[in-house]
Amino acid sequence: MTRYIIRRLLWGVLLLIVVSALTFVLFRILPTADPAKLRAGRLQNPKIIAEIRHNLGLDKSLLTQFWLYMKGIFLHFDLGYSYYSSASVKSLIFDRLPATISLSVGAAVVWLLVGIPTGIISAVKQRSLLDRAAMGTALVFVSAPVYWLGLISLYVFASDIGLLHIFPGSNSYVGLTADPVKWFTSLLLPWFVLAATFAAIYARVLRGSLIESMDEDYIRTARAKGLSERRVVVRHGVRSAINPIATLLALDIGVLLGGAVLTETVFNIPGIGRLNYDALTHADFPIVQGTVLLAALFIIVANIVVDIAYAYLDPRVRYS
Amino acid sequence: MRDASPDQGRLEGDPPHPEGRQDAGTGTSSEPLLRVEDLRVEFATDDGIVHAVDGVTYQVSRGRTLGIVGESGSGKTVSSLTTLGLTRSQGAHISGRILFEGRDLVALSEDELRTIRGNEIAMIFQDPLSSLHPFYRVGTQLVEAVLAHQDLSKAKARERAVELLGLVGIPDPSRRAEDYPHEFSGGMRQRAMIAMALANDPKLLIADEPTTALDVTVQAQILALMERLQRELGMAIVIITHDLGVVAEMADDIAVMYAGRIVETASAELVFSGPEHPYTWGLLKSIPTLAGGREDDLVPIPGTPPSLIRRPSGCHFHPRCPYAQPEHSRIDPQLQPVPEKASHDVACLLESELRRRLWEELRRGCTPEQAREAVGLPAPPSATTEPGAAATQTGTAASGTSP
Repeated sequence: MTRYIIRRLLWGVLLLIVVSALTFVLFRILPTADPAKLRAGRLQNPKIIAEIRHNLGLDKSLLTQFWLYMKGIFLHFDLGYSYYSSASVKSLIFDRLPATISLSVGAAVVWLLVGIPTGIISAVKQRSLLDRAAMGTALVFVSAPVYWLGLISLYVFASDIGLLHIFPGSNSYVGLTADPVKWFTSLLLPWFVLAATFAAIYARVLRGSLIESMDEDYIRTARAKGLSERRVVVRHGVRSAINPIATLLALDIGVLLGGAVLTETVFNIPGIGRLNYDALTHADFPIVQGTVLLAALFIIVANIVVDIAYAYLDPRVRYS
Repeated sequence: MRDASPDQGRLEGDPPHPEGRQDAGTGTSSEPLLRVEDLRVEFATDDGIVHAVDGVTYQVSRGRTLGIVGESGSGKTVSSLTTLGLTRSQGAHISGRILFEGRDLVALSEDELRTIRGNEIAMIFQDPLSSLHPFYRVGTQLVEAVLAHQDLSKAKARERAVELLGLVGIPDPSRRAEDYPHEFSGGMRQRAMIAMALANDPKLLIADEPTTALDVTVQAQILALMERLQRELGMAIVIITHDLGVVAEMADDIAVMYAGRIVETASAELVFSGPEHPYTWGLLKSIPTLAGGREDDLVPIPGTPPSLIRRPSGCHFHPRCPYAQPEHSRIDPQLQPVPEKASHDVACLLESELRRRLWEELRRGCTPEQAREAVGLPAPPSATTEPGAAATQTGTAASGTSP
């Protein structure tokens, strides 16, 4: 098992290098604004531009630039400096990470708390009115784009522009350490909005998976033992139906930690997604590079976590 | 076991038996452990109502073994799952009575039934691998069975689990209790299932095709284990199987089921020495025997079991019966005592004398067609194929299964 994980991690590092190379090439080949020209401002002339280009290291060959970038990461964990603000990319990312973690993990808690019970009830009361209502609602939330849902919810619930003035609206995010209560209330609306689609997906997946597992022979055995139906469903049915949920959870959190771009943008939360979005509009390559690398890292780690979770959840799975 | 007095485990065949009901109600010592009366189980499906069990009556006495024999889809599994109330959750419509020690299980609430399930009546199933939960250790699953009905500490329950594994012949039980089902062999898994069934000293064990999924050598071990446990623990067993060999090994009494009904019931000796129903003959003639030699061809029963939604008219077996007569597609035979055989019931429209002569011919090695000619019976109206072909071609009579 340990050897398996080490092997997976080594492959992960290789994959990250490939991802970096791809982003590196993509952003220099695709037509974008010239970063040196963007920085030169209104008084630009070829001499200044050349000087800026030299300062940014953009006059070196692509291969040399990539080599220097990789060397910086491996030797000093240095992700470079923003073209736009000259701040270190590493510190920018670490500044923004708490907001993204707060948003993603909190939303995950919400969608698990809503999605799992809904899925279980829908499966157990299959084809009942409750099931149909829950699955109908789920279909609506699965189909609703998160930015639309976000704007609608701001319009209805936000304390500044909303009709009902219930939750703090856009741009109200406060760090956890600064003010825990404000942090919590400011994130409520983003959590619900981000969790809606996921809760709907999880409820539907769990419902299907549980209906299938309740049909298994071992469920009949559990009933024949004289266990209560509740115990049969939870200990025997849900226990084997939960695997796809664990997989989804790890991957979804992995993806969101790389930046919940739409939600962060709608609610103006200073997270990784927002950082990435701003960097793209400013052709700020080092930040784009850094956030893409971070997102890839989270997805790779999530995949490894899924595999480990599988071995833990299903004793028949053994890696060698 | 089979040399016990024949009347003790006698099966009541005919549903309207007023004395039998009184007996069951009063709770005397002569009362059978389990008495199923006119049990009907129906499932509503999109295609129509499935009459899975259609008026079945049988009984099992303490310490005795009843073998329920029939093809797949004859209702034998549904009737025993219903005994434990396990068809309720599938939306079955159940009528009739299932008297266990005088209590009607059909009328019990789900909570009351649960105190009996796995406690006084236990059940084991065909495929032990899929019947054990793949994610829990064998010991854990046994502990759960013990704790479902006994107020014990975890440690005591665990001791009991290990003891049970030892009882069913699993070597080094305290270590094997830590294994997962996939780490057990097929025979060991079925032993573990049996151990789980025995967790609360049941009075009745229902074994649904317990050896079908196992290797032949392991089958014999499992049957021997069940016989030993029955001797030691004194429980009654209902064994459900399509395999007459298993029944010959285990059962005191036999009930042969076809299309949701019992078509023949008697002690095991009587069924093997003088079977009365053409379907039972078909089952017996399709077993290979070493003594028979190669020149004795096996005679399969033509066709397939009928649809339980649109059952054949009259005698449900008539489309597959080599001796069916025109009126058999109209008259529905009832289970009745065979003349001069007190404890042998059969549901067949043929004259008992004719049946006796037909079986004599069959026993001598005749094919059904030869036997029919020997007793002067005309060919069945549905047999449009050439004589002799119907016996060996399966499926030819299947077209006659729906009216």
